[in-house]
Amino acid sequence: MSVADTASPAAAVAPAVVNERQLRLLSAGARCALPVAILLVLGFVAPLVTVIAYSFAEPRSFTVFRTFTLENFASIFDPANTVWMSFVWSLALAAFTVAALAVVAYPIAYGLARLFGRWSGLVSVLFVFPLFISENVRLYGWVLFFIKGGVLDGTLKTLLDGAGPEVLFTPGAILFGMVYVYLPFMLFPMTLGLSLVPRDLVEAARDLGASRLQIWREIELPLAMPGIMVGMLLTFVLAVGAVAEAKVLGGQSIIVITHDIEIAFTYAQNWPLGSALAVLLMLIIAAVTLFALSKLDLDRILGRR
Amino acid sequence: MEQSTKRTKALIAAWTAFVVVAIYMPVACGALASVGKGRYFTFPIRAWSSDWWTRTLDSIEIGQLVRTSLLIAACVTVVAVVIGFFGALAFARYQWLGRRTFQKIVLLPIFFPQPVLGLALLLWFNAIGVPLSWQTAVVAHLVWIVPVVTLVIATQVYSFDPTLEEAAFDLGASRWQVMREVTLPILWPGIWSGALFAFLLSWGNFPLSLYTTGADSTVPEWLYAKMVAGYTPMVPTLGTMSTIGAALALMFGWIALTVARRRQQSGG
Repeated sequence: MSVADTASPAAAVAPAVVNERQLRLLSAGARCALPVAILLVLGFVAPLVTVIAYSFAEPRSFTVFRTFTLENFASIFDPANTVWMSFVWSLALAAFTVAALAVVAYPIAYGLARLFGRWSGLVSVLFVFPLFISENVRLYGWVLFFIKGGVLDGTLKTLLDGAGPEVLFTPGAILFGMVYVYLPFMLFPMTLGLSLVPRDLVEAARDLGASRLQIWREIELPLAMPGIMVGMLLTFVLAVGAVAEAKVLGGQSIIVITHDIEIAFTYAQNWPLGSALAVLLMLIIAAVTLFALSKLDLDRILGRR
Repeated sequence: MEQSTKRTKALIAAWTAFVVVAIYMPVACGALASVGKGRYFTFPIRAWSSDWWTRTLDSIEIGQLVRTSLLIAACVTVVAVVIGFFGALAFARYQWLGRRTFQKIVLLPIFFPQPVLGLALLLWFNAIGVPLSWQTAVVAHLVWIVPVVTLVIATQVYSFDPTLEEAAFDLGASRWQVMREVTLPILWPGIWSGALFAFLLSWGNFPLSLYTTGADSTVPEWLYAKMVAGYTPMVPTLGTMSTIGAALALMFGWIALTVARRRQQSGG
């Protein structure tokens, strides 16, 4: 591929022309990347820099870029402040979400990569489509399902003469909602990972007398690991920043960290404090991402190639 | 051995079917809640009615919401496809110095919690003195949707043979001709899927819109506001309508894509 890019077949015929095109092609990739780069600098990097700047501004002020203080961070780490609870809740819910999703999504990913054949296109679309419905709408559907007098309660009453379980507005309901919303983000990287496992390798292991557990543990899992890791990373990062599940299904019984950040920005009108919390959340996300990415490369070196 | 493999297959198929049913359960619940007569949802439904559907369709306020949402989604689609197209070429087509770094950086906004990104954009717009409106929401959506579109188109670009472009150049085609006659027709299915993703993801987006639309309001924002305070059956009704609209768009897109693929395969 790189041969075709840098030296065209016409090289021997007209060196001058090729030379010119070579120069053009060298920068062609960079020129194509330019619009995306500009958008991300103005729409991603600059906002994050602003958040970092705000986190060092006077509490309850809007004097960004003019004042410098560590007060916001000091107040977060003050032992009297219970905001650390929100961090713990968010991290715990995200960890449980990832664990649950790994179990829920693995058989489906295996089916999509191996078993469903020509049906896998349709099944994939069925799993992608919910992404296009606002997550609030889908979560509210679950409220209608679980609520008193709702679908579950009503069905049980009619059929069994019993009442539905009271699951709404509990941490369990929040976890359920997060598993529900982030399923596609685990499923598709996992499917990609599993489809990278060469079939003849599995066949060979079977012919050599490996048991199914051995095949899974020694061949499938290590070879599919890059995809599974990407799925886990993606779902963890998104789940740590999730807020809609806790608000809609949790009925605010738990305040997750993103909710705390929102409160600081809206009711409390304390943008610097909210920014400081956001910076801490971003640091956690960055640390997890870097850790996972380093693992990912390691797996690639050990497992593939 | 044969027996147990068969059983595993059946179990996996059954599990997948169960999860698919679970995924569409809340959608079905919303649809049910929209056709009950009462002000509050009870199941089983005692009196059916299409009242809330006609009322939602007649509402001027909701018409305005739908127009704002469509306007934002349309602008996002056009801009995201243009930027994403070139981004995808840089991502997968050209071998250039910063390619690996570029590939990782493009992914960053996808790996970032949207509520925090929305708030960060709010601070940034405020700091540079840009008043919030549907236009700022377009920018906010783009930050997240352009990377997605770039990835979607890039998967098509990977299967693209760059020597075709080379051949056209060698035969004396201009840059513009190569783009119009070679590159675009080959990448068309990817571009079309990218446009579909851009439109539908923008249409359904809530966390970015919440902080960046200012006085303008989109459909997901209105739904959320009413869920928190002031429930009416118009909430599940509009939610169901929005879902049906997205499903129709997806079906239309899929049919167009299949037609385009067929035409490409037959060499037209």
